[in-house]
Amino acid sequence: MRVEGKGLIDRTHRVSFNFDGQQISGYAGDTVASALLANDIRLMARSFKYHRPRGVLTAGSEEPNALMTIGNGAKQDPNVRATVQEIYNGLEVRSQNAWPSLNVDAMAVNNLLSPFFGAGFYYKMMMWPKPLWEKFYEPLIRRAAGLGGLSVEHNEDTYERAWAHCDLLVIGGGPTGLMAALTAAKSGLDVIIADEDSIMGGRLNAETHEVDGMSGQEWAAKTVAELQAMDNVRVMTRTTVTGAYDQGTYGALERVAHHGNTVTDLPLECFWRIVSKRTILATGALERPIAFRNNDRPGVMNAGAVRSYLNRWGVAAGKTVAVFGNNDNAHRTAQDLQAAGVNVAALIDSRTDAQTSGDFRVIAGGQVTDTTGAKGLSSVIVKHAGGSETLDVDCLAVSGGWNPSVHLACHTNGRPVWNDSIAAFVPLANMVLGLLPAGACNGDFSTAACLQAGINAANEALGELGKKPVDQSVPQAENASYNITPLWTVPHKGRAWLDFQNDVTAKDIKQAAAENFSSVEHMKRFTTQGMATDQGKNSNVGALAILADATGRTISETGTTTFRPPYTPVAIAAMGAGAQGDGFAPKRFMTSHAATIERNAPMIEAGLWFRPSYFPQAGETTWRESCDREVGYVRKTVGVADVSTLGKIDIQGKDAGEFLDFVYTNMFSTLKVGKVRYGLMLREDGHVMDDGTTARIGENHYVMTTTTAAAGPVMRHLEFVRQCLRPNLEINLISTTEQWAQFAVAGPKSRELLNDLVDDPINNQAFPFMGCGDISIGDVQGRLFRISFSGEHAYEIAVPSRFGDALFRELVNRAEEMGGGAYGMEALNALRIEKGFITHAEIHGRITADDIGMGKMVSAKKDCIGKTASERPGLSGEHREQLVGLMPLDKSKELSGGAHLFERTAEAIRINDQGYTTSVAYSPELGCWLAQGFLKNGLARHGEVVRLVDHLRDKEILCEVCHPVFLDPEGGRARG
Amino acid sequence: MRFSALRVLKEGLTGNKGWTAHWRDPEPKDEYDAIIIGGGGHGLSTAYYLAKNHGMTNIAVLEKGYLGGGNVGRNTTIVRANYFLDGNTEFYSHSLKLWENLEIDLNYNVMHSQRGLINLFHSDGQRDAFARRGNAMINQGDDAVLLDREGVRKHLPYLDFDNARFPIYGGLLHPRGGTARHDAVAWGYARGADQRGVDLLQNCEVTGIDIENGKVTGVQTTRGAIKAKKVAMVVAGRTSQVAAMAGMRVPVESTVLQAFVTEGLKPVINHVVSFGMGHFYISQSDKGGLVFGGDVDFYASYAQRGNLPMKEHVMEAGMTLMPMIGKAKVLRSWGGIMDMSPDGSPTIDKTHVDGLFLNCGWNYGGFKAVPASGWATAHLMATGNHHDTATKFLLSRFETGYSLLDEEGTGSQHNLH
Amino acid sequence: MRITCPHCGERDRREFYYVGDALAIDRPEPDAGSDVWNDYIHNRDNPAGVTRDLWYHESGCSAWTVVTRNTVTHEILDTMLAADAKEGQS
Repeated sequence: MRVEGKGLIDRTHRVSFNFDGQQISGYAGDTVASALLANDIRLMARSFKYHRPRGVLTAGSEEPNALMTIGNGAKQDPNVRATVQEIYNGLEVRSQNAWPSLNVDAMAVNNLLSPFFGAGFYYKMMMWPKPLWEKFYEPLIRRAAGLGGLSVEHNEDTYERAWAHCDLLVIGGGPTGLMAALTAAKSGLDVIIADEDSIMGGRLNAETHEVDGMSGQEWAAKTVAELQAMDNVRVMTRTTVTGAYDQGTYGALERVAHHGNTVTDLPLECFWRIVSKRTILATGALERPIAFRNNDRPGVMNAGAVRSYLNRWGVAAGKTVAVFGNNDNAHRTAQDLQAAGVNVAALIDSRTDAQTSGDFRVIAGGQVTDTTGAKGLSSVIVKHAGGSETLDVDCLAVSGGWNPSVHLACHTNGRPVWNDSIAAFVPLANMVLGLLPAGACNGDFSTAACLQAGINAANEALGELGKKPVDQSVPQAENASYNITPLWTVPHKGRAWLDFQNDVTAKDIKQAAAENFSSVEHMKRFTTQGMATDQGKNSNVGALAILADATGRTISETGTTTFRPPYTPVAIAAMGAGAQGDGFAPKRFMTSHAATIERNAPMIEAGLWFRPSYFPQAGETTWRESCDREVGYVRKTVGVADVSTLGKIDIQGKDAGEFLDFVYTNMFSTLKVGKVRYGLMLREDGHVMDDGTTARIGENHYVMTTTTAAAGPVMRHLEFVRQCLRPNLEINLISTTEQWAQFAVAGPKSRELLNDLVDDPINNQAFPFMGCGDISIGDVQGRLFRISFSGEHAYEIAVPSRFGDALFRELVNRAEEMGGGAYGMEALNALRIEKGFITHAEIHGRITADDIGMGKMVSAKKDCIGKTASERPGLSGEHREQLVGLMPLDKSKELSGGAHLFERTAEAIRINDQGYTTSVAYSPELGCWLAQGFLKNGLARHGEVVRLVDHLRDKEILCEVCHPVFLDPEGGRARG
Repeated sequence: MRFSALRVLKEGLTGNKGWTAHWRDPEPKDEYDAIIIGGGGHGLSTAYYLAKNHGMTNIAVLEKGYLGGGNVGRNTTIVRANYFLDGNTEFYSHSLKLWENLEIDLNYNVMHSQRGLINLFHSDGQRDAFARRGNAMINQGDDAVLLDREGVRKHLPYLDFDNARFPIYGGLLHPRGGTARHDAVAWGYARGADQRGVDLLQNCEVTGIDIENGKVTGVQTTRGAIKAKKVAMVVAGRTSQVAAMAGMRVPVESTVLQAFVTEGLKPVINHVVSFGMGHFYISQSDKGGLVFGGDVDFYASYAQRGNLPMKEHVMEAGMTLMPMIGKAKVLRSWGGIMDMSPDGSPTIDKTHVDGLFLNCGWNYGGFKAVPASGWATAHLMATGNHHDTATKFLLSRFETGYSLLDEEGTGSQHNLH
Repeated sequence: MRITCPHCGERDRREFYYVGDALAIDRPEPDAGSDVWNDYIHNRDNPAGVTRDLWYHESGCSAWTVVTRNTVTHEILDTMLAADAKEGQS
């Protein structure tokens, strides 16, 4: 029911939205919850387990009951708190977890079965017979799972992530936070103040107190305006600081565009990483309910929330309201309601010495023992000194006291301490380093104390940052005392709710204790107490008080469960903003990319790079046809391939040779200028890290190539060796992978092709096999390496990247004129397998130099990284699986990678396993499939026949074990 | 007390007043036949199998906090037997078989759910690597199916097949893979051990290990000295500290691994999905929360909490793979302390001290191993011999180089896994 | 988590690559024996408390840095270039 003349809503601006098919009218400034209450709608949701009818309990993000689904299609957003969602025209809101409707929910039958659904019931049954778990019991449970649902459509909304840096972050825009921000800002600090609400002010907007002679609401608005006018202050509303992390890093979620459908160019949400030098925690406090029988009916609300709806939104939560509390603060609810003309049936104060505080009935020493009302509260039963009576009310405002919002202060493992005087946990300073709790979250509950605490905290932060304190006057405000006599639960027979959403009752806690789940963590996990979407904000303290009582301990001894981020739930799309689709990782393109795409090559990924699989030609219907043709180019005429993805590291300095001797197993200091050498690199654990060629292009200048996959790790490794192991060597390193475009020109006609192109023709003397040197093509200075990954007479030509596109096109055109052309990864793979060259499919991390037949490459003359570890007995010898080639006996058989190898007739089971295949390719030259693989003691088994078994692809193929080099074992072609 | 549907019915009808303690809270005795330091999953299962398989019931589990408070209570609950290296394959295969009978064995519903695990791959090379794995699984007698892209689509239609950064080539389906209710596993083993007479001593922190003449004689604890001729250290997350009490420096670094759960949602993910390129894995609990995780935070830590970079990375991976989860809201994130070993595989072995045993180094894969690990550790403690399924988890492997168990192929030195 | 690179100043953790115990900079001599090597490559003190570990400013200046840090609180107590740390030892 709307109350005239109250609230911060804009009564000139009507807004209508849809709730479960019904048009609801409210005002700008309303939340879904306030608008529904204004329309006398109390039934808003169903609980998780028993599907009990539920109304709204709170007026904030801690709401456990009034969760709803908004939007349709890909926009569907489940579990939205009606207490947070601001209304706008056209908003679609639906209740959830009820079938067929919120009003008539078939699953409410669970409520009748509740005696059998007590704490942990599922651990004790549904075990037999075993197969029925997946087939029957689990589907039954899963049908009841969850609250709202996902649309199962790809996200279509925009989310963002951003960084912000400041001197001081103030978390919370209530009286404490505003005062702290104002004080600190006056000293010139860069200040960010963030509050989860749509407007700053905190409880000031929900109370009727005056501050400095004006209403609290007005004072808050004035102060915010003052802050907003300062250049060094950033005021962030609708921004929840969700987590506290190390070195002053905070996560925060800004709900940018949830409150309207008019702004379209903004993201829905932005996840902020805020880095601050000091932080003031001014998160206030949350009210807690009292557990009594049937305390969960729609209409039973927190007393402070009833005040919020009245003062902030101009809504009376009921026509006749009773208030039930154990502290002075509860009296304000009765006072405010009465002042607003709402009928206050009684204030039931559990304290026997409670005083009259207004023109309403006060029942001192009274307790609410039960309630009635099927889908909304109709009466409460009150027990007091005079006996028991029934009060007909449609709203009961309950206050069990207030819990300081200590959550963020506990995010780095700090534990709050119990404070008897306010019967609540409070934080300590610096539980998160640099975080100062102040105001209500620190146990100061009066407005005056909060304002003062804000100033003090700001000045403390200023002092720590080496600034002078600011002489800030304290505004005049109420300074009422907060007296509380704890009351956690009213003795009862029936069910009294603690965790409203998960339907955890006081009985469940006692049962957990009886079953010896007496650690608070055990209790939580056994009963699911505190595991609902509010993470126990409403119920944890009450539950552990009951546990403490049941186990004969104090609350302090019982302790709390762990506070974990996020403070309120955060959408995966927000924290993962930007990653959807191909935003997850960078894409790296070669300079030949455009030309390659023009030639219709399907691109495949090599790490972050994109490389052509093959270059199809008209009439070719399978990749094999294209591949075989491209292999033919290299074997018979000339082929061109972009190999720029290989890592290139420039190494210069007078000790470069010594450095390379140390990182490679073989010698590089002896390499002559103008020559290239194949090098093998080990990790310090003695296994192969990478291989590649390194050229000496000057006395003190080497160019190393790495495999595509290992470019980054090798660079990191070389820097490690340079800086951490050999800082005295005079060398410098830089990655030049992206600075050079490099192309393989391979095949018998490769030199002919190049000589048409380069300014000074090359010959076998100047560029013998494994030679290198500078070349020029017009004005372009490049490098030429006579190396081969195909076994053919081949070169790699490198030019600065900006010329890569042009050179690739030119090379391919000329190759085509000569009867060759471009070749892709498939052909490259076939060519290297025919020649027994390896890639990371073979050097997959578990392989030693010995395993690939390169044991002799570990020079005995010097130390190198990995040498000592490689000499461990387990790393070489007959027990190892060693690199072999495999050729099918039946040449029509297609081999497969990842197949396992067995002796001819041995059963294909683990204990008979002899090895596996790593790479396969069809060899046009040999007319059959070839494989590389590892075979136990394989170096000694050439000529033997083994059985390749691929269960997954249903293959059993007899293969001959071969030397891995199938083609031209003498290497004459490459030298020719 | 035996649990059954009938029992739940009877208790329900009589006000649930008859439930009794899951386990006793005994006072420590002066001496036990064996002591297990660590009341997590592995420690409790070790105790259970010592009692059940070897009749050793005069034993105690010493837990410094509460039972099951370590990684068994803070993981993503995945149970699988999809390893491919000799030494691992037979062990995890054994573990899965134990899982498959765990409810009946423990008379406790750990909700082991064999909903199927799918490991996605994104290139031909990865397909072959997964084929090697799948074939090894079948060689071991376990199950594996190689799915192509359309095969994956049939199971997981909600993946972003068109736009995901790493195209989905296919997946390796492990039908018997799945999940279990993690806490229940600890409680089930604890209850089973307690019923067989094992003393579970909570809030009992070991402060020293007594060694005389190269033989273990007992431990010092916050609840007094306790004698025993056999002591096992089963304390993932604190291995280095406890081992140091016996003068050992072990091949373990401690790293935090985070995990996440969303608010409850109607069932939508019916498998365990693993996206190796994004270091992302996800399933949906029977309560409705999406449970997921990623890679370790990559720095030594004992803080049981992580930082933002890895959290965001995990969410990013989720968004590129299955953008339909965008509006699922993360409710809670937590961290466990992993015993990271050089090769990514564990140790179940004797030590240089007679009677002192070490179970450690489970990296981020300890949960599924709980049954077989306890089985093998109990076997080793009771018989002095390694169990057939756990012959390669030797401490000496790093020194000798024999049977290094580097499943990832990233190396057998620290900080690579 | 934020780390102060000796060259670049305070930076977010995601600019760095981590590699563990700073003992890695004290590589043994080849003939130091298998115990020493096993300790170097595999065994670790792994303290719950103050430790020195190595971070590489990979997305920055490429400096390898020895960070003195508390593994329980994540407090960072000191950072210095690995090369300087090595020099300080010798």
